[in-house]
Amino acid sequence: METPVAEQAKATEVSVEERHYNIIGTRPIRHDGADKVTGKALYGADVRLNGMLYGKVLRSPHAHARILSIDVSRALALPGVKAVVTSADLATLDSVVSRVGEGAVNWRYLSNNILASDKVLYHGHAVAAVAATSLNAANEALNLIDVQYEPLPCVITAVQAMRPGAPILLQELRTNELGARGEIPTNIASHDQNMRGDLERGFAEAAVIVEREFTTGIVHQGYIEPHTATAVWGTDDQITIWTSTQGAHDARRQVAEVLQLPVSRIKVIPMEIGGGFGGKTVIYLEPVAALLSWKSGNRPVQVTMSRFEVFAGTGPTSSSVIKVKMGSASDGRITAAQVTMAYAAGAFPGSPVGGAMSVILNAYRMENVQIDGYDVVTNTPRVAAYRAPGGTNAAFASESVIDELACKLGIDPLEMRRINGAKEGDRRVDGPLIRRIGYLETVEKARASAHYQSPLPAPSTPGLKVGRGVASGWWGNWPGGTSSVSVIVNNDGTVNLIEGSTDIGGSRVAMAMQLAETLGLQAADIKPMVVDTDSVGYNDVTAGSRTTYSTGIAVHKAGLSIIQQMRERAAQLWDVESASVDYADGVISSKDNHIGFKELARKVGDGDGNVVASISISPNGDGVALATHIVDVEVDEETGKVQILRYTAVQDVGTAIHPAYVEGQIQGGAAQGIGWALNEEYVYDQQGRLLNGSLLDYRIPTALDLPMIEAVIVEVPNPTHPFGVRGVGEVPIVPPAGAVANAIANATGVRMTVLPMSPQHVLEALWTQGNERV
Amino acid sequence: MANKTAVQATINGEDVEFLCEPHQSLLEVLRDVLRLTGTKEGCNNGNCGACNVILDGVLVNSCLVLGVEAQGKRITTIEGIAPPHGLHPLQQKFLEHAALQCGICTPGFIISAKALLDHNPHPSEHEVRHWLAGNLCRCTGYDKIVRAVLDAADVMAVEVSK
Amino acid sequence: MASVWIPSLLRDLTGGIVEFRVSGDTVNDLLNTLDERYPGLRARLCDKDAIRPNIALVIDGLRCQKGLRERVAANSEVHFVPAISGGNLNNKSDLCRMS
Repeated sequence: METPVAEQAKATEVSVEERHYNIIGTRPIRHDGADKVTGKALYGADVRLNGMLYGKVLRSPHAHARILSIDVSRALALPGVKAVVTSADLATLDSVVSRVGEGAVNWRYLSNNILASDKVLYHGHAVAAVAATSLNAANEALNLIDVQYEPLPCVITAVQAMRPGAPILLQELRTNELGARGEIPTNIASHDQNMRGDLERGFAEAAVIVEREFTTGIVHQGYIEPHTATAVWGTDDQITIWTSTQGAHDARRQVAEVLQLPVSRIKVIPMEIGGGFGGKTVIYLEPVAALLSWKSGNRPVQVTMSRFEVFAGTGPTSSSVIKVKMGSASDGRITAAQVTMAYAAGAFPGSPVGGAMSVILNAYRMENVQIDGYDVVTNTPRVAAYRAPGGTNAAFASESVIDELACKLGIDPLEMRRINGAKEGDRRVDGPLIRRIGYLETVEKARASAHYQSPLPAPSTPGLKVGRGVASGWWGNWPGGTSSVSVIVNNDGTVNLIEGSTDIGGSRVAMAMQLAETLGLQAADIKPMVVDTDSVGYNDVTAGSRTTYSTGIAVHKAGLSIIQQMRERAAQLWDVESASVDYADGVISSKDNHIGFKELARKVGDGDGNVVASISISPNGDGVALATHIVDVEVDEETGKVQILRYTAVQDVGTAIHPAYVEGQIQGGAAQGIGWALNEEYVYDQQGRLLNGSLLDYRIPTALDLPMIEAVIVEVPNPTHPFGVRGVGEVPIVPPAGAVANAIANATGVRMTVLPMSPQHVLEALWTQGNERV
Repeated sequence: MANKTAVQATINGEDVEFLCEPHQSLLEVLRDVLRLTGTKEGCNNGNCGACNVILDGVLVNSCLVLGVEAQGKRITTIEGIAPPHGLHPLQQKFLEHAALQCGICTPGFIISAKALLDHNPHPSEHEVRHWLAGNLCRCTGYDKIVRAVLDAADVMAVEVSK
Repeated sequence: MASVWIPSLLRDLTGGIVEFRVSGDTVNDLLNTLDERYPGLRARLCDKDAIRPNIALVIDGLRCQKGLRERVAANSEVHFVPAISGGNLNNKSDLCRMS
């Protein structure tokens, strides 16, 4: 007997040869587009309510300190100030870990991150908040809150935090080794391992071995819209929150947990969101705004972060140290790989080292491998997910080493990927057998591309060095979570699609297209809308590249229900058995009759009720996707400046629902990866204070830094989705750093082992001829 | 407590009068006093371009202009770009090229691109990238934005020549 | 019989054995059977009635959501893979409350 898992996989089996789509693969204008280009779309900070107060947060000036006392009396006395809150207004939560989104959350730590309790753990850690009748009064009030600190020594990097004798951040923390708890206080929150085969034998078989240690800095998601939340704690104790979030239901759940209230007392209204990339799956301001509302006499309170607060007070992603030792036979086959990686989680445990352990070698087949991953706390902001969390750092390391092996063996770098590339039926490095993937197809497409086939351009100025590099990337995507949708057929034959998946990049049009395809209608016949937590069933966050996949499955299933109901209505109309009624391409027919969807919709309703469907699903699935990127760079060896000349990103997307937005995801992810590769990092002083918390000094790519990015879509449909979809948003940020590093090596002969490869770091590497680091 | 100043300006072709405090930026005035929330705040110190408006024909970051400086000036915000019915070619091309994903930077880009095309109707790709370097986008990688602006320039040139 | 793959950090409990053929209808059955032979194995992977939140359950290459209740087929492969990120486990874990 087949298990539900296998049955579901079979039910959605898609044969490539049978595919022909009317709507999928076209490029309709997005439904929310007109509002977004005219400034009418309302984002979180655009909310305006009568009597609204402005909230601001006081943040720690110290990287690590005990809070001795907080005196808010002077702030409360300032005219215009209506409320002040500290962690004393929050319940003390148990140190309990729950599955939230793709990972896990410790509720006490989340609460402590929102408002510090007995210690501040990073420069920028929230300590208190005020609400006042003007922004100016709120800012002035912050200066009147007296906090007495006892500064403590701090640790900024994983290496510092792991040293014996390092200052301990959390006294109760013990190393967790897959359920076994360590004995001594530590900053090492966890150790996990993937291992198989015989490392010693594998290295003994190798003709060439490369061993390198890589260091990467802290980078931020860098969304242009700062975090914001507006809350009203009603006199009936119902709390309404308007926020820019990647998941309204998830935010509601987190707020409920932190405030120790039942979720039914909280309604979260998701506004349009100005970028997230994973960073807006965690709450920061929502409970603060709610408490300020309650304390100010139930007035609306809006709290919006400044740009500095976004950098200093919200989750960037982890800095890391990654050691890779890899051996290859003379024919290019990788015979062994050993990896040790330590990721800095920031103030509380939960770095994406688990994701890193999967990314680092999952694109390849190998028998003898050991990967050890460490999650380490540091006096930096607690990390949040950032687009393929853990992946970019990991691929920077492994793709550099594979490239170096290829160079030493005289094997073309794409050929090296082809020789070792994973395919269906192979066993993944982290254990499971691989289902259908399109990795080798991306390698082949990259090799055949105009970019790869063209010679390197000449330098723009004599003396500059030009080079080409390639890199691949793997991401598992999150082919699951829970998605709920409601579908209503209107009397004129248009269809309302009610979703809870917040739209961070154009997903509502992709959902509408999947429903249109299912029903045989046009995309413009579907009206997608994203609604609040009271109005639709539970939806997990729009993250993990799960939305087009999971919400798409829900949409498809709802469409099938609509089809069944339309067949039944036609059967009633024609007085035949519904089994004899067919539905194809929006036309309902039986032996002697046929009618179009819209015409039938007009006839539905008189005395029979509407045609509606409500679906909630939690699919088991597979969404693995891979990419191969090519980059040409020009290096100025006098200044260390690296310019991107040409960029091609080849990615297996399964099926591109809306190719323009798929291309956009690939280009956007590549651009973030390039910024990470060349410029972006947090800079701290000796006291652990963030020095570059502005968009001037935290340098993200501008239009002048990038060329056109050629996005090449490969489609190897995913059999576990009705339309073959794989998540597309995260994979493209994984290869760029490795590709750029390999291009710099090709141009200059120097292997970069530090991110970012900023002019300073490139010069250091050039001057030390091979970047030998102490 | 500071006294408010009465300011008269022309915004999107309409004469308006508003009160603001001396320290309030034009951005704050637009969003919080006049409730024109189409102009966005991304950094509040002139580094992202999300707050771009056109002030007497000049592209500015409204976070770096004081509200009181608007006295007697003509200001164009994103709310004033579209004609009474339909969309401006820039807006239309942004949609056709899928030159936005989250859309938060889009008003700033459209204002900035309009300012470019107002004085340079036939920019090269490099000129477009150079001009738009003051507008940060984190979602798109700029590829489709640049294409949309170049395409809009072609369309607008055709319309002018008609 | 389904096959259960043992994460490398737990192989000292199983004497180094990586893969086991185990009979049972659900993941819960499989782990209970294994725990009889190797006491303590289940407690490493689970906290009371749930797989620990920092562990992802992958059956036949599919990410599965029902945890211990997930059904397995005669020839299923069951893997426990590190989740993308885990919180730290101090006291107890808690099932995802979807209310």
